[in-house]
Amino acid sequence: MRPLRQLDSTTLVLPENNIDTDQIIPARFLTTVEREGLARHAFADWRFDDAGQARDDCILNRSEAASAEVLVAGDNFGCGSSREHAVWALADFGFRAIVSNRLADIFRANALKNGLLAIEVDTDTHAWLLANPGARVRIDVESGRLQTDGGPQTTFELEPFARTCMLEGVDALGFLLAKSAEIEAWEQGRNRQETA
Amino acid sequence: MSQTLFDKVWDAHVVLAQTNDAPPVLYIDLHLVHEVTSPQAFAELDRRGLKLRCPERTVATIDHSIPTWPADLMGQRRYATEAAWNQVERFEENCARHGVELHGWESPGRGIVHVIGPEMGLTQPGMTIVCGDSHTATHGAFGALAFGIGTTEVGHVMATQCLIQSRPKSMRVTVDGPLPSGVTAKDLVLQIIARLGTGGATGHVIEFAGTAIEALDMEGRMTICNMAIEAGARAGMIAPDQTTIEWLRGRPACPQGDAFEAEAERWLALASDPGARYDREVSIDAREIAPTVTWGTSPDMAVAIDQPVPIPRDDSARRALEYMQITPGKSLIGHPIDVVFIGSCTNSRLGDLRAAAEPLRGKHVSPGVRMLVVPGSETIRRQAEAEGLDRVFLAAGAEWRESGCSMCIAMNGDQVEPGQTAISTSNRNFEGRQGRGSRSLLASPATAAASAVAGCVTDPRPARKEPQAEQWQHPGVPSPRHLGVRI
Repeated sequence: MRPLRQLDSTTLVLPENNIDTDQIIPARFLTTVEREGLARHAFADWRFDDAGQARDDCILNRSEAASAEVLVAGDNFGCGSSREHAVWALADFGFRAIVSNRLADIFRANALKNGLLAIEVDTDTHAWLLANPGARVRIDVESGRLQTDGGPQTTFELEPFARTCMLEGVDALGFLLAKSAEIEAWEQGRNRQETA
Repeated sequence: MSQTLFDKVWDAHVVLAQTNDAPPVLYIDLHLVHEVTSPQAFAELDRRGLKLRCPERTVATIDHSIPTWPADLMGQRRYATEAAWNQVERFEENCARHGVELHGWESPGRGIVHVIGPEMGLTQPGMTIVCGDSHTATHGAFGALAFGIGTTEVGHVMATQCLIQSRPKSMRVTVDGPLPSGVTAKDLVLQIIARLGTGGATGHVIEFAGTAIEALDMEGRMTICNMAIEAGARAGMIAPDQTTIEWLRGRPACPQGDAFEAEAERWLALASDPGARYDREVSIDAREIAPTVTWGTSPDMAVAIDQPVPIPRDDSARRALEYMQITPGKSLIGHPIDVVFIGSCTNSRLGDLRAAAEPLRGKHVSPGVRMLVVPGSETIRRQAEAEGLDRVFLAAGAEWRESGCSMCIAMNGDQVEPGQTAISTSNRNFEGRQGRGSRSLLASPATAAASAVAGCVTDPRPARKEPQAEQWQHPGVPSPRHLGVRI
């Protein structure tokens, strides 16, 4: 996992509410057994027409999308299916952070496990970000601060554990594997309880 | 101190309590695995040289990307794509190499993962159950804490049988009173989601309670918990009661005899204590619920079938109506349909198939309408065939298939064509969910089947006027909603 400490980027704004993971990557692309190379399927039905040609009128096909590392989305982004492919596709597309006022639980958990910073900000900041597409934002993971050029400054919450994983670029499996003695002791304790 | 059902199950599985640095570590009793969300997790295990910690707590099946056509005379299956075929073969290899029990092509128990878990008795009250699938909450109908996870977490459970999980908040949705005649669990859960909103239960585990929930059979309870995720909930749960116990008695993976009775006593004690506190409470009067259909592109966009589709108040609703080509201000009754889908982990059980067969007896699916009926498991398929339901469907001109997720997720070749409108018993009406450019109306099996006969959305309750299909022009292929993005 690639560490993330700070970001300084313009934003790409998708203001719609409830953008579900079927939009982020349609199910027909889930027959892959890989996690790499999914950028080409990101928002496939938004970006490409029936003939597979890129739509000029889709913001995701424009140059500002290529340069933006921060995706600002409407309420409840990432709802629906638990497919982690959605996170892999967004990360492969070049996004390093997703900002909304509310993120779906499973999507957020998946994102943070892949070094994609998924954060919720207060509604005023969110409204400003939606109203100012392409704005420059600076995000500091360690202090939990998001600053905008010419707009609000805010803080966001990130669990200490997820923050550490993000800053150090480590995933949580190492932590769990290191607890195997405790897990085994717990299992034995429960077995004793059940036989008693 | 008074505890909720959720508190009891959660507390009984905390291996390591929360610290300043890390959330709690939670033990997982049962890990259900399917072909779509596991290959990258198996690959990660292999890359790190790890084995499954508890293969005996892991059960696998194939459901998402598999064809629902029977095998041909040579025993070959008609996969939609080579990638789908490859994915299933890879899955078979992975399960074999890691010693995972797989209910594959040859297993009589094969089926949709959330259908076969309960059916085999693997799903039991008080358990923690996970699966790389958002509809895992289905198992909460038995008083289990069951939730969907991503592929990275699938790998965590494979390697350690544990997950790092923050404790969710709790919500109780109490539904009291009798459901009116002709109203089903599906109608109720669509109304619950409409009231909570698609993100309304984010961060919460919902306990469904009240006399209307207690009166539901296990199939109905599974339908309710199945769709908890459509309100954003981490999980949905229902307290085990005598209905639960009787449904589980004799299931192969359950304890038998005296051991079962002892377990049953423990299971009944899981119910929330009187006075237990929830972070949020919502009450619903069951008597107000009517057959319900969705009109938009999010499961919370639902309305009683005989009530007008609401006038849109925001851009999301306007875009959804435009995509769906639905006119607000009038009821959906009479709205033309092209496809009827009976199936999915929400509504593919025997009771659902019986309800769907009823309006079709001695009738025919409306000309030009395609109806696909896909049982939730091979066990259910055999039961349905034993009582002749397959013949009712086939005689009415519907297609009868083998089990699988099929047209709910449309990754196996069973799909709604661009521009078509389907009325479906599945769980998601997202843009393109049932196929690129498809439109979906979510409804109960009774409503979907009644609509199949009429060729348009139809109130399933008896003594309702036969709808007249609207004079209409086929709306054509919808545009994706990004076209409205303002820059």
